[in-house]
Amino acid sequence: MAEPRLVYADNAATTRVDPRVLEKMLPFFSVDYGNASTLYKLGQRSHAALEEARKNVAAVIGAKPGEIFFTGSGTEADNMALRGMMHSKQAKGRKHLITTTFEHPAVLQTARALEKEGFRVTYVPVDRTGTVDLQALEDAICEDTVLVSVMAANNEIGTIQPIAEIGRICRSKGVYFHTDAVQAYGHMPLNVDEMNIDMLSLSAHKICGPKGVGAIYIRSGLMLDPVITGGGQEKNRRSGTENVPGIVGLGEAARIKLEGMEQENERLRKMQRRLIDGVLSSVPECALTGHPENRLPGSCSFTFTAVEGESLVLLLDMKGICASTGSACSTGSLDPSHVLMAIGLSHETSHGSLRLSLGEFNTEEDVDYILQELPGVVARLRAMSPVWKG
Amino acid sequence: MLYSEKVMDHFANPRNVGEIPDANAIGEVGNLKCGDIMKIYMKIEDDVIKDVKFQTFGCGAAVATSSMATEMVKGKSVKDAMKLTNAAVMEALDGLPPVKVHCSVLAEEAIKSALANYYKNQGIDPTPIIGCTGECEHCHGEHDHTTDKE
Ligand SMILES: Cc1ncc(COP(=O)(O)O)c(C=O)c1O
Repeated sequence: MAEPRLVYADNAATTRVDPRVLEKMLPFFSVDYGNASTLYKLGQRSHAALEEARKNVAAVIGAKPGEIFFTGSGTEADNMALRGMMHSKQAKGRKHLITTTFEHPAVLQTARALEKEGFRVTYVPVDRTGTVDLQALEDAICEDTVLVSVMAANNEIGTIQPIAEIGRICRSKGVYFHTDAVQAYGHMPLNVDEMNIDMLSLSAHKICGPKGVGAIYIRSGLMLDPVITGGGQEKNRRSGTENVPGIVGLGEAARIKLEGMEQENERLRKMQRRLIDGVLSSVPECALTGHPENRLPGSCSFTFTAVEGESLVLLLDMKGICASTGSACSTGSLDPSHVLMAIGLSHETSHGSLRLSLGEFNTEEDVDYILQELPGVVARLRAMSPVWKG
Repeated sequence: MLYSEKVMDHFANPRNVGEIPDANAIGEVGNLKCGDIMKIYMKIEDDVIKDVKFQTFGCGAAVATSSMATEMVKGKSVKDAMKLTNAAVMEALDGLPPVKVHCSVLAEEAIKSALANYYKNQGIDPTPIIGCTGECEHCHGEHDHTTDKE
């Protein structure tokens, strides 16, 4: 029997490691396995590999290599930015953090934890397209505001935020600006100087690098309280023996991204357009979520009336299509995704959400296949739905 | 979260999907806000469930429990069908992940709601016979739906 077709359309969840990345990583497991902090040549080779990776990671966002610090994940980078910054200004009595209602849990749950410690947090709303309300953000800044944290692009609906404008506002008001760019990094142009970004989180596994490694950009001169203390690696900002193979993988993934970003984005945009238009025209009572244009190049997100998202994902899986949903049933709680709630969708609508995210390994044939299978899968679920009046 | 093979089988090939035009017992439970609605149609003759069909809006477990519950009451007497429990539905499916237990509760309620409707259609008050079916106002929002949240 032929292998069933696999169309991986969940690149916002994670990506396949690029073979060039894997190849670059492998020697650092068994040949150049030295600890980067040691003096002998074996260790120095690891050290040199870290510095090369740092340079490549920095280049994507126009930062200096010395402003990049490696972490164990994007989540950890977000924790460092929020906790590290808020804790460092605590003694001066500044206790206010501003973020948005639709951040990734890595930011939202950290903000909640800071609230429990006694910090004040303002959650700025987003509009129906998933774009942050700039006026509300500016109005929220007050005397004791330390930090504004707004994601560069949303993971569920792909909407790109007006990062340059937010950077300008923060700079003019004298508050720091952190952006969670885990979804955006390597997928859209970002420049920390032009956009006045003081801290930026990124993660290797969203750009065809390995899982469990990320980095944070911290503008030079900015002091944060470390979240992880220990042997003083990464200039004391993040202790723990460096994950050399992982970091090498991140560096190579970043290098590949920077080199091919424009061309790859053009290719993705064409597939995205065809997939979105195809779904909207072939499935009745379906809507795009997020911004119609201002979205990440691979991101396609929808809601389908009278269909429940988990069932949709399970049936698509039977066709070999990997996708995801923000329906309650999938989140393991009884509430649908906070992102879909934040953009003003009802519970009812959110239950029928589907995210298809295309990436470097997708082809036009994948789009054809999804367009061929998806309408039938939706129709099949609607046929058994007591709320479908079709 | 992982579903058993039985759950996946009943999800992929649900038994008894559809409507019964001349049903003499219809029950519907759940609501769109929670993300699960189950509607059960029965054709009952001489107190025996001759035919049963369902329509469900919901997750994989909601579809599978509806399918299994209809299988378990088909051909049974009304009295026997009334003894259906969510635990029996779960067991027949080789278990459910903890966050999905409420789907089996809903399936039990859906069957009982149809049976209650059968009694009502004959002018008999079903409450003393069946008890609370989850339909009545006073227990809305406070029955099991949230207690099995991990
Ligand atoms: C926007 C955003 N922030 C943070 C994260 C967390 O990154 P990681 O999986 O590396 O911890 C993710 C992805 O899961 C994300 O999409």
